[in-house]
Amino acid sequence: MTTAERPRLAVVGAGPAGLAGALAAAARGVQVTLVDAADQPGGQFYRQPAPGLGARRPQALHHQWRTFERLRDGLERHRAAGLITHLADHHVWCVEREPGSGALSVHALRGPAQEQGVTVRADAVLLATGGYERVLPFPGWTLPGVVTAGGAQAMLKGGLALPGRTAVVAGTGPLLLPVATGLAAAGVRVAALVESADPAALLPRARALAARPGKLAEGAGYAARLLRYGVRVLPRHTVLEAHGTDRLEAVTLASLGRNGRTRPGSARRIACDTLAVGHGMLPHTDLAGTLGCTLSGTDVRVDDEQRTDVPGVWAAGETTGVGGAALALAEGHIAGRSVAARLGGTAPDPRRWAAAARARARQRAFFAALDAVYAPPAAWADAVPDDTVVCRCEEVTAGAVRTAAGPLGASDPRAVKLLTRAGMGWCQGRVCAPAVAALTGCPLVPERRPFARPVPLGVLAALPEPPPG
Amino acid sequence: MNPLELTGARPGEAFTVAFDGRPLRALPGQTVAAALWTAGVTSWRSTRGAGRPRGVFCGIGVCFDCLVTVNGSPNQRACLVPVRPGDVIRTQEGTGRDDG
Amino acid sequence: MVGAACALYAARAGLDVRVVDRGAVAGGTTGAGEGNLLVSDKEPGPELELALLSARLWSELAEELGAAIEYESKGGLVVAAAPDALAALRDFAAGQRSAGVTAVPVGSGELREMEPHLASGMAGGVHYPQDAQVMPALAAAHLLHACGAPVHTGWTVTGVVRAADGAVRGVRTDRGDIHAPAVVNAAGTWGGDLASLAGVRLPVLPRRGFVLVTEPLPRMVRHKVYAADYVADVASDSATLRASPVVEGTAAGPVLIGATRERVGFDRSLSLAAVRALAAGAIGLFPFLERVRALRTYAGFRPYLPDHLPAIGPDPRVPGLFHACGHEGAGIGLAPGTGQSIARALTGKAPELNLTPFRPERFDTDTDTGTGTGTDTDTDTDGGDTP
Repeated sequence: MTTAERPRLAVVGAGPAGLAGALAAAARGVQVTLVDAADQPGGQFYRQPAPGLGARRPQALHHQWRTFERLRDGLERHRAAGLITHLADHHVWCVEREPGSGALSVHALRGPAQEQGVTVRADAVLLATGGYERVLPFPGWTLPGVVTAGGAQAMLKGGLALPGRTAVVAGTGPLLLPVATGLAAAGVRVAALVESADPAALLPRARALAARPGKLAEGAGYAARLLRYGVRVLPRHTVLEAHGTDRLEAVTLASLGRNGRTRPGSARRIACDTLAVGHGMLPHTDLAGTLGCTLSGTDVRVDDEQRTDVPGVWAAGETTGVGGAALALAEGHIAGRSVAARLGGTAPDPRRWAAAARARARQRAFFAALDAVYAPPAAWADAVPDDTVVCRCEEVTAGAVRTAAGPLGASDPRAVKLLTRAGMGWCQGRVCAPAVAALTGCPLVPERRPFARPVPLGVLAALPEPPPG
Repeated sequence: MNPLELTGARPGEAFTVAFDGRPLRALPGQTVAAALWTAGVTSWRSTRGAGRPRGVFCGIGVCFDCLVTVNGSPNQRACLVPVRPGDVIRTQEGTGRDDG
Repeated sequence: MVGAACALYAARAGLDVRVVDRGAVAGGTTGAGEGNLLVSDKEPGPELELALLSARLWSELAEELGAAIEYESKGGLVVAAAPDALAALRDFAAGQRSAGVTAVPVGSGELREMEPHLASGMAGGVHYPQDAQVMPALAAAHLLHACGAPVHTGWTVTGVVRAADGAVRGVRTDRGDIHAPAVVNAAGTWGGDLASLAGVRLPVLPRRGFVLVTEPLPRMVRHKVYAADYVADVASDSATLRASPVVEGTAAGPVLIGATRERVGFDRSLSLAAVRALAAGAIGLFPFLERVRALRTYAGFRPYLPDHLPAIGPDPRVPGLFHACGHEGAGIGLAPGTGQSIARALTGKAPELNLTPFRPERFDTDTDTGTGTGTDTDTDTDGGDTP
């Protein structure tokens, strides 16, 4: 087949899911364009130091680096063979599907400044857009020095940069462990790892864990390293407040009672210049939502082949439900094989990907078990004081949200947004949506965001006309 | 230990950029945010409403808290934009556009 | 918004009011509106009279509610790029002046004094100091709050309760009946559905509009600025995309660019053709916008009736039923005049305006077979009163 004859797949995102999908499809004769915002492949999980930094041992900050090396080498091979085009530093803001022809157009902005428009056309799209961290508000969380746990890790992995000398790592979820050990390994004094859940509660769910001996070993490895670096681990604790005037100086912690509320008299203050905080992950589903894909809760719904319910659109990785890199690899692989078969006009044989399907099932069960354990304190929303900023962009306080939701009759988060501007700023509610929903007494429902990122009006005005047919 | 030692980094030659008029050293490949952090700077924006300081929050381009003015262009995400020799980086006040 | 205004003026006329909405406050077209209070785009006639009355009432409401509703009497500026368009605009403005509109011709040179960032080379324009702006969702919420009526959000009207003689006795909702001798249909784009629950036809149809919202900016656009062809778009009967945008700054910072006009039913899916046209039109007026970022876009559905006039007043076919819907893209602007007229009708007072052109039953005589293309059959806002 020549390039012109091959079916075309655009993969959005070059993390584990996107890479696995691109490789699986390209190996089966599909012409792949891999569109990714970063300047190097790997996504958030395999974020590499920039080449200019000359890191000879990037694996010192990583797990499963060998897996990534295999993916990276595969990508190089397919690129050299002309089967994969890797568009790095391309920020996708919209994927459009022609209702008649089903042709797909991936609209991206090129370069770090994101000022030039680029459109990639394809017969199929694999959405592997990953996820981002959920952080719930508390007093002082807008102070410089308070960063997301994933953000601290990304700045370390990608820029070999640290925000300070003494850190507290806090919140909930499995990400806190590698963040604490990574910061400690890089020379930060990690004063405490504050986890609101009680990881001992994982034990009753041993069946899902026992199926993942590797994960248990990984957990044991973290525990050993935390011990080695002298990191105090405080389960069933939470950060009540971050202190400082123009910069973080200390945090107040407290222990949590069975009811999810802080125990009276348990508060204590710890001096630190960095607080790395996170409360789990949320999937990026904007592109899928605009295409009309059905979501299930906050996740893109897919079938056993990783197909969404919009023809020509597949999804894999965190966007279909947060579950880590191993799950993303399995899903991406299955998606790539399904795309290759479907674009070739045949139904795929799932037996060919039985191993990946088993891995997918195991990882999903494992993360379901984790999800049930790792949770923010039950009463966290009630504990947010009225004067705490909830929407960081538009500086909307919890009190303003409560007033809108109460006396002013804004009974859902959209109405709250209209009345308060919470969620109307630069980040379009990605950060504050969980808090606004909780303060309004509503479940978190993904918002419609037709633009997955800000788009210069000049780029919109210069959009190409849709292709004929 | 520091991150460069940990990863055995041999960065290219450091260069100078200006932050609010004072010179800072930066390494090739770093983002503006990484260079500022390395120089001990953690805030480079003041908010439109209360004028509060902000810097990196999400670190991956999602939250837009790290907006900064680079070479006269406002609203650049410091966590995404690579730093280049001679960059003029300014703390962004409010909308970053003072020409209204 | 219209329902909130009806509730406010009815309550102030001494009636006992309850407001029912199946969604949240401002959950329908109000929440998608830009808050244009325009006289400038209306030709002499009943709609302009309603707009002038409403403009006066809005300024009274603004005195009372202050900054809470982000009212700005900023004025409109209609510009024409070419001399022939300018001549047509000036003729249009002359007609409006004779109907009581303040419309001040602006020369080519003065345009840039009024709008320093406007594109150069415009032939001229007309300034309409009576044009103003509110933040529609805030306005609806604060009007409702000010009227003191119980607001039942999340209650869906499922029927209209009628007596043996056909007169209205209240509404049936999924949370129980509300008894009232009068029911006001302020269900906006879904007003036709509520009318059909009462057994009458009111052919309200959706006309989709997309709005673009930019990043927050300092005040770089001072008035509501639009090109002279906007008026032709508003009046147009075309189903296809019309997109000469109104560009304006807001108190909160972002510039709003809107809106397109398309008749495509209740289809919320993104139309890049629509946003492309909006962006191009806005850059044509304000070239600096080329490098400004759009943070979001959204669609709303204007409720329109075949003759592009709203339905306001009692429905002679169903005693006790009143309509206040079908304001197309002008519902925010026309809300107070509508609310005051409804309150007067409810209390047996003569309206300030002649409501004859807005008679809800006026479509019974024509052969229009237009049917709602929406899939959404629930009804929206409904303000009724109980004695």
